[in-house]
Amino acid sequence: MGWLHRHKGIVPYLLLLPGLAWLALFFLVPTYYLANTSLQTGSIDVGYAFTWAWENYSDAISTYHEQFVRSLKYAGIATVAAFLVSYPLAYFIAFRGGRWKGLLLLLIIAPFFVTYLIRTLAWQTILSDSGFVVNALQTIGLLGDGDRLLATSTAVVAGITYNFLPFMALPLYVSLEQIDPRLIEAAEDLYASKAKAFLRVTLPLSLPGVFAGTLLTFIPAAGDFINAELLGTPRQSMIGNVIQSKFLVLTDYGQAAALSFTLMAAILVLIAIYTRVLGTERMGV
Amino acid sequence: MSFVRRHALTAFAVLAFGYLMLPIAVVIAFSFNDPAGRFNYTWEGFTLRHWQEPFGSPGLQEAIVASIQIAVLASIVATILGTLIALALVRYGFRGRGLTNLLIFMPMTTPEIVLGASLLALFLNLGVATGFWTIFIAHVMFCISFVVVTVKARLVGFDRHLEEAAMDLGANPFTTFGRVTLPLIAPGIAAGALLAFALSVDDFVITLFNAGPTITFPLYVWGAARVGVPPQVNVIGTLIFLTAAGLMLASVVMQTRRPKGTT
Repeated sequence: MGWLHRHKGIVPYLLLLPGLAWLALFFLVPTYYLANTSLQTGSIDVGYAFTWAWENYSDAISTYHEQFVRSLKYAGIATVAAFLVSYPLAYFIAFRGGRWKGLLLLLIIAPFFVTYLIRTLAWQTILSDSGFVVNALQTIGLLGDGDRLLATSTAVVAGITYNFLPFMALPLYVSLEQIDPRLIEAAEDLYASKAKAFLRVTLPLSLPGVFAGTLLTFIPAAGDFINAELLGTPRQSMIGNVIQSKFLVLTDYGQAAALSFTLMAAILVLIAIYTRVLGTERMGV
Repeated sequence: MSFVRRHALTAFAVLAFGYLMLPIAVVIAFSFNDPAGRFNYTWEGFTLRHWQEPFGSPGLQEAIVASIQIAVLASIVATILGTLIALALVRYGFRGRGLTNLLIFMPMTTPEIVLGASLLALFLNLGVATGFWTIFIAHVMFCISFVVVTVKARLVGFDRHLEEAAMDLGANPFTTFGRVTLPLIAPGIAAGALLAFALSVDDFVITLFNAGPTITFPLYVWGAARVGVPPQVNVIGTLIFLTAAGLMLASVVMQTRRPKGTT
């Protein structure tokens, strides 16, 4: 103890050591092994060897670019859809919630209390051919007699939207909740219309929430394979489905790792572009 | 005009909440269904049978036990490691703070499938057989960051004068930590532990990659999804929902009440 007292500077490092060591060993080191595996060739019978196999990347991308584009597209549409549902909802809770705020927020995260797979299976039931949603849409003529909802891209995107919606709604709520209502009143006192006050005051002030929410929704959505598996068909399969089956079914580790790495890189590039665009936009406001 | 707008927003909110609750209602309703065949998709009739024997489906009980064992162990370890990191970040100035924050932030922003695939690459290359303990390792890894964030939020509002007072009254640093600091930050630690437990029990993607022959509850549901999910899964899903919702509701009620009690 006396030793600790004399070397006070070492205390924070002692506190950090076990946790950071765990993250280094089981997050950073695995990332190295993923990169290493992505340049290996071989099979489960003859074993795998590191051969600088860059063709894993070119082969994987030329074979699966369709699933790649589809993943980014589905994730993008789902992020926009989640935003369109979440923004008014978060606005409602922040400005009209009153003393029920806590309870209403609880309703927003309630889907998270049901196991991911089980709530996705529930959508399978809801969208099934004999379900009430299909029946209702057929009755009002929005859906033809033989048309389905399940096993379509609509079902997959709807599932992704639902499953990641709380990731969008919570940051939006946090940023809207922090806005001082007097700023909006001031704008209206200065003869701004309600619409203009919203566009020039509320919306710009909530941009940090929009930024966080879109990223928190898009990233997991782009890597998802559960919705495509349970609500779609192989024609809706996303890059996650390919990575999953190559790793766990086909044991084609080289290409599977190359695809995982490419997914990471694609997401990082998109985030970088997005940060730049939204950053300059905010300066313009 | 403003009357219309106000009610349009309320109507939208009601619809949106309905949309959020719909699958939950379906899960609960179909736990009382009496399906005709293997598939529990269409409503056939009311029964309490599945609630009377919630583990009536082969392998289900073992899967739930495995899930709970992993979640208990992983949340305990992640809570200890995460709390120590949070203490270091809030209490001390040190070199490498930026790097530490980055290392904690990165697992939260990496797609789960990449986290799972990387760990599997590690275990494959080192020749480690995947199973119970590799799932445990993976769960501790992704839970640490969430514990750090949760406990840090609690520590930031901490009044350090209380500790100084204890020291002035002759308590040594360890007594001070045990008798003053720990009880005050306990709610934050408990929240972090609960979050870690919930994340671990619900995790599917990372677990799928590192499970080997071990089957957790989400893996059981995944396997069953291909051949028809037994209604017992809905019973367990409902029980998990009620437990989590009950705990959250209790904490919301306590938070709403506190200001009244103190003022």
